[in-house]
Amino acid sequence: MSDTKKFLYVNRKAPYGTVYALESLEVVLIGAAFEQDVQLLFMDDGVFQIAKGQDTGEAEMKNFSPTYSALGDYEVTKMYVDKQSLEERGLTLDDLIHLTYEDEDDDYAEKDSIRLVSREEIAALMEEQDVILSF
Amino acid sequence: MATMTVNGKDYEVDEEGYLIDLSQWNREVGEELAKSEKVDMTESHWEVIDFLREYYDEYQIAPAVRVLTKAIGKKLGKEKGNSKYLYELFPYGPAKQACKIAGLPKPTGCI
Repeated sequence: MSDTKKFLYVNRKAPYGTVYALESLEVVLIGAAFEQDVQLLFMDDGVFQIAKGQDTGEAEMKNFSPTYSALGDYEVTKMYVDKQSLEERGLTLDDLIHLTYEDEDDDYAEKDSIRLVSREEIAALMEEQDVILSF
Repeated sequence: MATMTVNGKDYEVDEEGYLIDLSQWNREVGEELAKSEKVDMTESHWEVIDFLREYYDEYQIAPAVRVLTKAIGKKLGKEKGNSKYLYELFPYGPAKQACKIAGLPKPTGCI
């Protein structure tokens, strides 16, 4: 499709307390439903959005973290995580939800969606986008 | 707030007739919602409804049509995983009508 644009959604805030993370996720789902090339980047406190074992029982907010696992179905297959932000918060890849997608071009093999990236790689990534939305 | 009455019990619905509290849903409520959409429910319809409810339970969202079509094909067989089949069951839009009958919120990005 000729009018497909490359979208990068940059998620920089903790999942609850503000509405940014949920709003971002909604926009991601809409963009993906319209078959745009959608990529996500998690940095700063945004890395907590895809942390395992979220429980919002006391916060009176819906726990929307299971929805990130549906993104593979929406062909959102590139979820970048800033390595430095993760390290600064004492987290590793194992603390994040295991996000996967099925590769249609490889006999529907299950593949990892999360890619750890350095600040230099993020700069290069931003360079190739048509649209960057920061939440 | 509008209400819908099923077997003498009142259920809250929004202005478009979507059920407010999805935990209140049961088959009778589904039947009533189907009537409001003029859909005659068959086993094939329930198959899609059950699938949607399971999907929502796991991912906390109602899938977009494209995603629904693909997932149905995988779960219920290729002959069912196409928009023709789903539109025959739910003529006014599988995501919109089926989600309503399943007691789910209107799907995000639904046209």
